[in-house]
Amino acid sequence: MSLISGRKSGLTWAVHISTLCLVLLWVMPTFGLLVSSFRTGDQISNSGWWQALGAQETRVPPIRISGDEVETDGGFTIAGNLFGVDGSNVTLWGTSSQATQAYEAGQTADLSDGMKLTVVADGSFALTAPDSFSDKRLPRVFATAVIPPEFSLDNYRTVLFSPLAGQSIGQAFLNTLTVSIPATIIPILVAAFAAYALAWMRFPGRALLVAAVVGLLVVPLQLALIPLLQFHNWIGIGKGYLGIWLAHTGFGLPLAIYLLRNYMVGLPKDIIENARVDGATEFQIFMKIILPLSFPALASFAIFQFLWTWNDLLVALVFLGTSNDQQVLTGNLVNLMGSRGGDWEILASSAFVSIAVPLIVFFAMQKYLVRGLLAGSVK
Amino acid sequence: MNPALQAVVTIVVGVGGCIGYFWLSNFILDTVIFPASGPRAGRNINRANMVRPWLFLFPALVALGLYLAYPVVATFLLSLHDDGTFVGFANYAQMMSEDKFWESIGNNILWLLFVPAASTAFGLLIAQLTDRIGWGNVAKSLIFMPMAISFVGASVIWKLIYDARPAGQEQIGILNAIYLWFGGDQPMTWLTIPFWNSFFLMAVLIWIQAGFAMVILSAALRGIPEETIEAAVLDGANPFQVFFKIKMPQIMGTIVVVWTTITIVVLKVFDIVLAMTNGQWETQVLANYMYDKFFRAFDTGVGSASAMVIMLLVMPILVWNVYNARKEMR
Repeated sequence: MSLISGRKSGLTWAVHISTLCLVLLWVMPTFGLLVSSFRTGDQISNSGWWQALGAQETRVPPIRISGDEVETDGGFTIAGNLFGVDGSNVTLWGTSSQATQAYEAGQTADLSDGMKLTVVADGSFALTAPDSFSDKRLPRVFATAVIPPEFSLDNYRTVLFSPLAGQSIGQAFLNTLTVSIPATIIPILVAAFAAYALAWMRFPGRALLVAAVVGLLVVPLQLALIPLLQFHNWIGIGKGYLGIWLAHTGFGLPLAIYLLRNYMVGLPKDIIENARVDGATEFQIFMKIILPLSFPALASFAIFQFLWTWNDLLVALVFLGTSNDQQVLTGNLVNLMGSRGGDWEILASSAFVSIAVPLIVFFAMQKYLVRGLLAGSVK
Repeated sequence: MNPALQAVVTIVVGVGGCIGYFWLSNFILDTVIFPASGPRAGRNINRANMVRPWLFLFPALVALGLYLAYPVVATFLLSLHDDGTFVGFANYAQMMSEDKFWESIGNNILWLLFVPAASTAFGLLIAQLTDRIGWGNVAKSLIFMPMAISFVGASVIWKLIYDARPAGQEQIGILNAIYLWFGGDQPMTWLTIPFWNSFFLMAVLIWIQAGFAMVILSAALRGIPEETIEAAVLDGANPFQVFFKIKMPQIMGTIVVVWTTITIVVLKVFDIVLAMTNGQWETQVLANYMYDKFFRAFDTGVGSASAMVIMLLVMPILVWNVYNARKEMR
């Protein structure tokens, strides 16, 4: 439009700003959880994640003085810094929980046992006493200070390597992988053959079958759960991996056939006709011409199905058990929300472990995912 | 057997079996039953070609029939029984006498009214805004990203936003922080406010589905012929008139497709309500109600009945889609 009118519309700035606002609005929730996953439980409970981005004044939980004592003339001294990081700025401090802001930075406190404690603005302290500290109880310091943001990987370490609520998330990760990969690969081949038949072979009832596939796309999952679970129990596979692979194959087939058929219909007719004239069997045409040419559609469906099976909760709850070697990441996360709902540091890092793989797949393969969505949707 | 090993074996058996079946069946058809040589070659080839589509379709038809078609009938039959004994429509009667059921229907209607509309509107807005700016693809990528996250993951993210700490303490949920900053007197537990909590839950689904709407509508907008827009601009239309009078009518078909697809997702939504409120504080929806009945109360009859209600609600869309597909085939 700017090319036609010849000058840049003032609207352009409005467009940029509104887009920026919308993008920020959409990214903010995920970003908040991401920031929280790097903070300790205390930090999360005491301040919002948006405050962690800049240095903030907080009441630091009590820190007990510790260090090696040095004998100086007239007494013993322990010196050090309250915080491990530079850039802190202590404003007020105290030594008892009843008077946490009794002293300003730089003042000296007289404590029991003849000890004197000085805390300076940058967090360094000096504790002196006429005799050795070895039999004394070292004081705690309650500081109100401006501390620069401090992040750690501890939450991820806890979540990945130790079992929480009886379930190990590392194992859940492997379980989810075990569910998703076969559930993505198996439907592809079955659907590809069916899609080819529906796209390029003439037979009575073809239109009806295509309409049936379109109809089945809409059938809600909930309808199939109860009878299929009974069926699985009846044929003896009960709740387990085989059951969930078969279930995901069945549920994913309509979409697969729909996507692949739409794509195959668009393939150049001449190549197929020429191959037939040259004497190739249908099977050969399929394996050597159709499949390679349909690769974009196959990739689209594969990514779609992978994301769908990875993120699924309902099918896993129904067809797979909840024991440690069967529970998937989504089920794990729902359990954590129930049992450790208040421990945001655990929840945040677990959530990110479970969404890490889909996000990577998403950003790497976005093109195919978009193409898959667009197939047949744009009229 | 170690699940990972089982997975590899299944993949090999599945893929190998598939290829093996197709190759073998085609081979038998072409060489044994209807050989393409000899005096009857022509007739044989024709007959082979008539049978062949069904060979290709057979595994898919079995899977579809078993996993999607049969359950529809089976669930209906299950809804007429109670633990094996035929009870007619007693399950439906029992279901309709429960308050939780009507609460679910009411909530589902709310969800159906707001979520597809809001998602499509946002999607359309963002699609239009990002259409011509340089960093449009990055923006679209970021807004599309929530589609990759599981519903449960999204629930965790939004639960943090809605978190409430007792008054006087620092708020860690950003909604309460903003609310207090704008002058609210005390932090609200957003998810327990009756009626309005459903909207807070809907926000999660809108956040996710807007990206989907945006991707499809963006492609649709790109497909609008440039001439129609140029003609309107030459006639003096301002950008808003161009959008509402020229662009929107031309992509109306796609808007309907997006709307109906999101509607289907809304009817299936179960994870969000389960993870965030589990149906308490009057947020229950049909999908979660069905899950409750089947897996907590172990009531197959009423569970199946509620599944049939979901199917009923989806039926208009099913008919509409099939009708359009048949129209296209002609």
